[in-house]
Amino acid sequence: MTYMKKPNVRHPGLRKNELGLTRRDYEGLVSTLCAGCGHDSISAAIIEACFELDLPAHRLAKLSGIGCSSKTPTYFLNRSHGFNSVHGRMPSIATGANLANRDLIYLGVSGDGDTASIGLGQFCHAMRRRVNMIYIVENNGTYGLTKGQFSATSDRVSKSKKGEANLFEAIDLCTLAIHLGAGFVARGFSGDKNHLVPLIKAAFRYNGFAFIDIVSPCVTFNDHEDSTKSYDYVRAHNEAMDRLDLVPEREEITAQAEEGQTTTVRMHDGSLMRLHKLDDSYDPRDSESALTTLRKRYAKGQVVTGLLHIDDQDTDLHKLLGTTSQPLNAVPMSELCPGNAELAKINKGFR
Amino acid sequence: MSSVDVAVKTRNSMRATDITDPNYFHKVVDCQWACPTHTPVPEYIRLVAQGRYTDAYMLNWESNVFPGILGRTCDRPCEPACRRGRLEDKPVAICRLKRVAADYRGDVSGLLPKIPKKKNGKRIALLGAGPASLTVARDLMPLGYSCVLFEKDPRGGGLMRTNIPSFRLPEKVINEEVDMILDMGVEARFGHEVTSLKSILDEGFDGVFVGTGAPRGKDLNIPGREEAAKNIHIGIDWLTSVAFEHVKKIGKRVVVIGGGNTAMDCCRSAIRLGGKDVRVTVRSPRADMKASDWEIEDAEREGIPIFDNHQPSEFIVENGKLAGVKFARMSAEYDKDGRRKLIPTGEELIFECDDVLMAIGQDNAFPWIERDIGLEFGEWDMPVVDKTTMMSTRAGVFFGGDAGWGPENIIWAVAHGHQAAISIDLYCSGQSLTASRPAPGISLVSQKMGLHEWSYANDYSEDSRVAVPHVATKKSLKNLKVEVELGYDVKLALEEAERCLNCDVQTVFVRNLCIECDACVDICPVDCINFTANGEEQDLRQSLRVPAVNEEQDLYISDQLKTGRIMAKDEDLCLHCGLCAERCPTGAWDMQKFTYVERQANPAGQVNCMAYIS
Repeated sequence: MTYMKKPNVRHPGLRKNELGLTRRDYEGLVSTLCAGCGHDSISAAIIEACFELDLPAHRLAKLSGIGCSSKTPTYFLNRSHGFNSVHGRMPSIATGANLANRDLIYLGVSGDGDTASIGLGQFCHAMRRRVNMIYIVENNGTYGLTKGQFSATSDRVSKSKKGEANLFEAIDLCTLAIHLGAGFVARGFSGDKNHLVPLIKAAFRYNGFAFIDIVSPCVTFNDHEDSTKSYDYVRAHNEAMDRLDLVPEREEITAQAEEGQTTTVRMHDGSLMRLHKLDDSYDPRDSESALTTLRKRYAKGQVVTGLLHIDDQDTDLHKLLGTTSQPLNAVPMSELCPGNAELAKINKGFR
Repeated sequence: MSSVDVAVKTRNSMRATDITDPNYFHKVVDCQWACPTHTPVPEYIRLVAQGRYTDAYMLNWESNVFPGILGRTCDRPCEPACRRGRLEDKPVAICRLKRVAADYRGDVSGLLPKIPKKKNGKRIALLGAGPASLTVARDLMPLGYSCVLFEKDPRGGGLMRTNIPSFRLPEKVINEEVDMILDMGVEARFGHEVTSLKSILDEGFDGVFVGTGAPRGKDLNIPGREEAAKNIHIGIDWLTSVAFEHVKKIGKRVVVIGGGNTAMDCCRSAIRLGGKDVRVTVRSPRADMKASDWEIEDAEREGIPIFDNHQPSEFIVENGKLAGVKFARMSAEYDKDGRRKLIPTGEELIFECDDVLMAIGQDNAFPWIERDIGLEFGEWDMPVVDKTTMMSTRAGVFFGGDAGWGPENIIWAVAHGHQAAISIDLYCSGQSLTASRPAPGISLVSQKMGLHEWSYANDYSEDSRVAVPHVATKKSLKNLKVEVELGYDVKLALEEAERCLNCDVQTVFVRNLCIECDACVDICPVDCINFTANGEEQDLRQSLRVPAVNEEQDLYISDQLKTGRIMAKDEDLCLHCGLCAERCPTGAWDMQKFTYVERQANPAGQVNCMAYIS
């Protein structure tokens, strides 16, 4: 970790976005994670995505649980709201916060332990409820904070740093997410920001549960020769299925993409997401074909990345529940708490 | 890495940077690179910060010979070059930190090079006792040479003594630093004006060095010049007379003509010698004035107005005496190539005055050099001098400083002196002046002390440039000898020293250790590190995180990495904070101190500079 403060001085030529902010205005404190941690690259990718989307940081809430990954919200967007929950309970907090104030953008950051072990149940229910949020798992396949035990996403063939074999099959979070109805399922690699940043941007624009599993090497415990989540392994086995372009609403689409190669999805804010497929063996809108592709590729030892599945039916928890269109803090007190007479009426209905 | 991200390497892709080339990292140390004598600026600033003033002084003395003088008067090419000036508005006050080393140093007499009792039998004539000749003497005396110094003035120092007023440079400082050299046993013939080079050559010296400066102030031949001659003074001559106290007062109304540093010294001297209404007039627009910004500031602080676009057209004479100067108002026009043309606006005006000081430039003058002794003269009637060896077309006669290159400044004169001394030494021992010139010494040493410890203060100071305290203007205007600048005290010096970015501590990248985790890219406060596809330099410069538009600054390029990309670092605004090295998990980045030593004739006289050179 670094004890030095990152100086505030910045390059005078740094680009500004529509809000007049630079990339550096989206930063947080200097990371206290191990030098070279994949998580730090993901923080940088989130910063880059928010900067490029001109997001006003104060309209965003970062939520996390416990673990190395869950520490990272401190390292980006220090002008945003934040909540650091109990281990594995971030999805509940996010669900509650989202119900109370639907106007904020919710970004959940979790790890393989926080999501696939202690928080697996919470994770599943947030997905089936289609909570409108971005859920990022910084997946390093190891319990780094407790010195490198296998996690639930460690591949069966992967060995520990000391050479011990892994006895159990891995939980594939993307497969699980597609099964449980997450509308936007993607996988990225922390070591390839050019590919990752557009994925995060698209996830921000998606209305519903957007899940990104990001393979993020643990430089200290899981970046060795027998690891399947090391920089070298992922680079050698990375199978990018597609490349994403997010075209903001205000920009006209000029180039016509080739038929069959490009899938265009209109996002709820009017922007268009263009998916340039590098592999046409599957259709990301067809969950069955996505699942088949994932399984086949996994069996070959490949790490499939890209936008794996998208469901453009535009549904979220609020729509399903028919909640009020305003955030609760904007609903007048008289409506929010209609008084004893109304309560008596409701109670009467149950008798 | 998906293959689409990495473009195919084109034929004109950039080559990996060769960091063993002494110039590569030297160029990154902007201040040292810009300094004619290549003084190791960041190193002495660190010594000042540590309170090691004597060491800082000696490091300077070895390199630039006159730290006390230069710390007050240097033209400071280092400061406009300073990286800090590109990050915010003001560079580090390098020059005034040099003065701190001189002000707070201890006794250095025991640290000076020893002069051999037994001489080597070679006699060298040095003409003119200015900074160039004195530098030659300092470099050659420890090698056993016998140096004979000829000077028309009664004391040594040249223009440092005669042209820089004592409110900027106290006599004591000049005496100390000039005497350090004279006390090496130089045979000084003061009051001896050389009127014939031939006669010097006839004395049978083994080498002759001409360091006579550019002693002739330019004149202005406009109507009234002769009639009013008594009250029209050539700036540098007048300053010399002031320095030797031959002139002690001037009229109440003084017009200074000229916009260079000499004009600034003239007007400020005039206001101290009785001038009440002192005006500076320049024919060009103010922005084009030759004087350093800080010297203009100093004059204006003392209440001296500057009138730009004023071209003198006539000296008005009444009753046989100077009564004023007539000016034509000018207006500058620039053609499409940016060339300036001054056009009269038709407006004329008169400044009444008692005296005029003319400071419109200096010329070289060599009436004392015979033209039949094999010494060729070229353009502008300047001697033909080899710019590397400093030798003229007559073997054994060398030139340096303003005498060789036209009006420059002290620090250039010192640089020439060092080169001339090398040549004289090679010449006297029968070696080639070009092939045998010593190469610079360089070294690159890691500054890592521990996990998160570096041997230099890498924390970025956000302070603005610290102003140098001055004495009250009221007090300084009363006495020509009161030094205006008080210099930094120890505390202020420390504050200013912390602003230095330590640009000599280089970011060194080892390609095969890099795992391309991007940690350095993300942490770099000024976004100078990139991992990208290689390409032609212009394309690459545009494609970086922040386009590298300052083409004077190099890109540091690595060979291809595992993913096929390269590392490309724009050196322009690097803070040298070491965060890239701190964040690197594999040690692919390291902070290494780059030492560059410009060799001199006498390597034994560079012990401080050479401390890190094997």
